[in-house]
Amino acid sequence: MKIVAVTACPTGIAHTYMAAEALEAAAEEAGHSIVVETQGSAGSTPLTGTQLAEADAAIFAADVEVRDKERFAHLPLVQVGVKKAISGAPGLISQAEEAAANAPAPATTGAPAGTAATPAGAKAPAGPGAASKVRAWLMTGVSFVIPFVAAGGLLIALGFALGGYQINLPEDAPLYESILEGGFDVGSLTAWGALAFGIGSAAFNFLVPVLSGYIAYAMADRPALVPGFVGGAIAVTTGAGFLGGLVSGFAAGGLVMWIKTWRVPRALAGIMPVVVIPLLSTAVVGLLMFVVVGRPIAAATDALTSWLNGLSGTNAILLGLLLGLMMCFDMGGPVNKAAYTFAVAGLTTASPTALTIMAAVMAAGMVPPLAMALATVVRRSLFTQAERENGRAAWLLGASFISEGAIPFAAADPFRVIPSIMVGGAVTGALSMAFGATLRAPHGGVFVVPLMGNPLGFLVAVVAGTLVACALVLLLKTVARRRDDGTPVALGEAPAEAAPSTPSASTPSATSPSATSHAGATA
Amino acid sequence: MTTSTALITADLVDLDLPAGDRAAVVRSLAERLVAAGRVTDLDRFLADIEAREAQMPTGLEGGIGIPHCRSEAVTAPTLGFGRSRAGVDFGAEDGPADLVFLIAAPAGGGDAHMTVLAALARRLVRQSFKDTLRSATDAAEAADFIAKEVSA
Repeated sequence: MKIVAVTACPTGIAHTYMAAEALEAAAEEAGHSIVVETQGSAGSTPLTGTQLAEADAAIFAADVEVRDKERFAHLPLVQVGVKKAISGAPGLISQAEEAAANAPAPATTGAPAGTAATPAGAKAPAGPGAASKVRAWLMTGVSFVIPFVAAGGLLIALGFALGGYQINLPEDAPLYESILEGGFDVGSLTAWGALAFGIGSAAFNFLVPVLSGYIAYAMADRPALVPGFVGGAIAVTTGAGFLGGLVSGFAAGGLVMWIKTWRVPRALAGIMPVVVIPLLSTAVVGLLMFVVVGRPIAAATDALTSWLNGLSGTNAILLGLLLGLMMCFDMGGPVNKAAYTFAVAGLTTASPTALTIMAAVMAAGMVPPLAMALATVVRRSLFTQAERENGRAAWLLGASFISEGAIPFAAADPFRVIPSIMVGGAVTGALSMAFGATLRAPHGGVFVVPLMGNPLGFLVAVVAGTLVACALVLLLKTVARRRDDGTPVALGEAPAEAAPSTPSASTPSATSPSATSHAGATA
Repeated sequence: MTTSTALITADLVDLDLPAGDRAAVVRSLAERLVAAGRVTDLDRFLADIEAREAQMPTGLEGGIGIPHCRSEAVTAPTLGFGRSRAGVDFGAEDGPADLVFLIAAPAGGGDAHMTVLAALARRLVRQSFKDTLRSATDAAEAADFIAKEVSA
């Protein structure tokens, strides 16, 4: 096997070279060939195009940003801190073997090179440098958030299954909270349901902070974790949802990147990463999220709610379509909340219209995870390993009306995923209204089908929207990839300046199979 | 070697470091660098070492500590080497270090100056290199051995 590696450390005079030596020794021991690019202060000899093209796996052992990462976008990647390579090089070599073995084989259209081994192993597109960076940052955040979605979502679903949909009612003082506070009855299924729901909810509270925090971390390393996490937490408090979390993550990462370029007095330099940067950046991001982002969102949510209330006389199908669009826009964010709250508020009136609205809203909210789960099965190669695993959990999350199951997909590729699932949700919402499906419960997904009026119509609406959203998302992702493949991104030929060209449909197709596979995919 | 100053000389070696904590041991080695004219400003140099240490401890598994920095107080790439009978905690997971390599690099040093430090760093992960230094009996022998290794 052929391995390429990069070692880098903050000072660039010691660990960089120790790690290189250790990796070379370990690779030789294991019978592999390895070329290490030492990005240290003694100058580094860049890997050649041939070395990059022939490699089976890449190892980054670095405590600082690896330069020109894009060159490795086509390779399964093992990424660790530099010390890990010094103390555990043999283990890294076997991880690289494993990553190479698990990597999807390059298909003729250019398969994504992703690996579950590391977050940064997520495929990066070979587009213009800036776009591929943004995508790599996003994917780091997404890959950290997926386990939270899966664990939290499945526990919440279990909570519904054991405790019934009432477990989360009423809104202001849900049943599960009072059960958990009132002492735990081992013999009661409802108590177990409350427990599962409570734990799942706790996990879900981390979704947006973790997403935001690790986007910031990918951008600017450890000092950016604090503003990223805190900004994400404020996005939760202010109801800005995961789109708010994307804003705070990028704001935190960008801010810390900038602060790191400041020239500071010598006395301050030592405490910059531990005290000064986190303090300053957190204060600024916090202000941004509370004041600049939070207030308008609160105002917009109120406006949306009163606007919806004013729509009472509208055509039912049109209203279902509209609510479907809203439910699938931001999965738990302000727009979704406005639509959902509108439906739940109507339940108290128990009017026939209100019950159809509730059914339409729930049906549409089930579409995003289901559509994405289906998409990962239909066209596996369009998704990273981590996304495919999230797809498995997404089936149950969708069936349980836990729209958050689609957040990892939407965050990773918002401009293709969100419009697709919105259209799917609109189809579902409109159909559910047209079929006149009704629902008295505000939550529960398939678990409350027995409580529905015209459950068959409800299910047909969900399936139709899921198919539409899945088809659209696959279409958009495939078109995007075709366009990228059409761009001869000469990774192999010009390693030092990866992907300088801009995508263009008129550019002739990449000439060799190897060049095509390097082009990767913007999925 | 084309550099006018050798990476290490006998007076930069201390085979019996005074017992003490990390700061004290680093200071004692750094004083040797000052005496040899390799470091112009002791406090500034120690502050730079400390700043690097604050980013992440430089202790490595296998009993090694490699305090290091690039500093404007350094005139030429220099290694101070010390052995500690009591051991010094450099934050490695497996315990204190008995071999201490104080690596000083000039702030503006060009690539050519740094290759000697790169060569040194590569030796540090070789077991035989460490074994020889653990069994060295006098400072001149240790300094000669290191100088020969990094120029090889």
